[in-house]
Amino acid sequence: MNWASVGDFWAMGGKGLYVWGSYAVTLICVFAEIALVRGRFGGVLKRLGRMKHATDRGVIDET
Amino acid sequence: MTSSGKALSEKLPEFSGGINWFKYASPQTFYPLAGRLIPLFGWPALVLTVVGLYISFFVAPTDATQGESYRIIFIHVPAAWMSMVIYLAMAFWCAVGLIFNTRLSFMMSQALAPTGAIWTFVALWTGALWGKPTWGAWWVWDARLTSELILLFLYLGYMALVAAIDDPRRADRAGAVVALVGAINVPIIYFSVTWWNTLHQGASVSVTSAPKMASIMLTGMLIMALAAWAYSVSVVLVRVRAIMLERERNSDWVADRVAQLVESHR
Repeated sequence: MNWASVGDFWAMGGKGLYVWGSYAVTLICVFAEIALVRGRFGGVLKRLGRMKHATDRGVIDET
Repeated sequence: MTSSGKALSEKLPEFSGGINWFKYASPQTFYPLAGRLIPLFGWPALVLTVVGLYISFFVAPTDATQGESYRIIFIHVPAAWMSMVIYLAMAFWCAVGLIFNTRLSFMMSQALAPTGAIWTFVALWTGALWGKPTWGAWWVWDARLTSELILLFLYLGYMALVAAIDDPRRADRAGAVVALVGAINVPIIYFSVTWWNTLHQGASVSVTSAPKMASIMLTGMLIMALAAWAYSVSVVLVRVRAIMLERERNSDWVADRVAQLVESHR
């Protein structure tokens, strides 16, 4: 085990800002990308579903 | 317009052991396959990340010269590798698209670009945060750093160009030319540390020599690299499915898919 205490772990030998700054931004990027890409996929499906409802009810012409 | 792609796909099975590799070149057959592949890469990515992070912080010892700041390597190197690998994959699909006129290839390139750009940003960001405690500077105009920054601009330029052209087929081709020309930058990044006298250190891992790092650190880094790779595959597959639906929204196969979904929600 590298760390004597939890505080020791967060301090990262005085380099905490650099180490956690790197990991935090990477995590934010990954979570943001997952959210955006799932939102995009869900959004397309939702739009296409609405379009189908509209064409089924004859609101817009099927072309 | 000639459909050279179709003609080739009809001829090629004779030379490829009877397997029609072009079967999955059409969005309607690739769409369900991609859907099945997403969890097969997504879940391993999560497991590998947890294992990799555990090794990075609790198993790998403190570095003798750099102290704890070296732990940035566990994301910096995988991110930098992914930024280059994804660019090559993007350029590859652009080349395939230009040669065989397969529209799915261009969609793959466009799905890869944002993920590649994110990894490039992460590599630059973590590099700056590692450079400050080790070199005393957030940024230097060194060959490795500058060529990686150019890679970010290539990704952004490709995405902006494709988004700016209304006609998707013209956007595909214009983007592909930019992506292919820009591919020359990848070997420049890779060899920059040997070609120029850089502040950035040389390769930690290479095919021609033994790794220049302790084996547990190397294991942690490779697991994190595998995690980054599996993550990228799964997130790109979700994006390419969204692009397929967007671009093929007027086709029968998308209509069938939507009809099935609407049916299942009733």
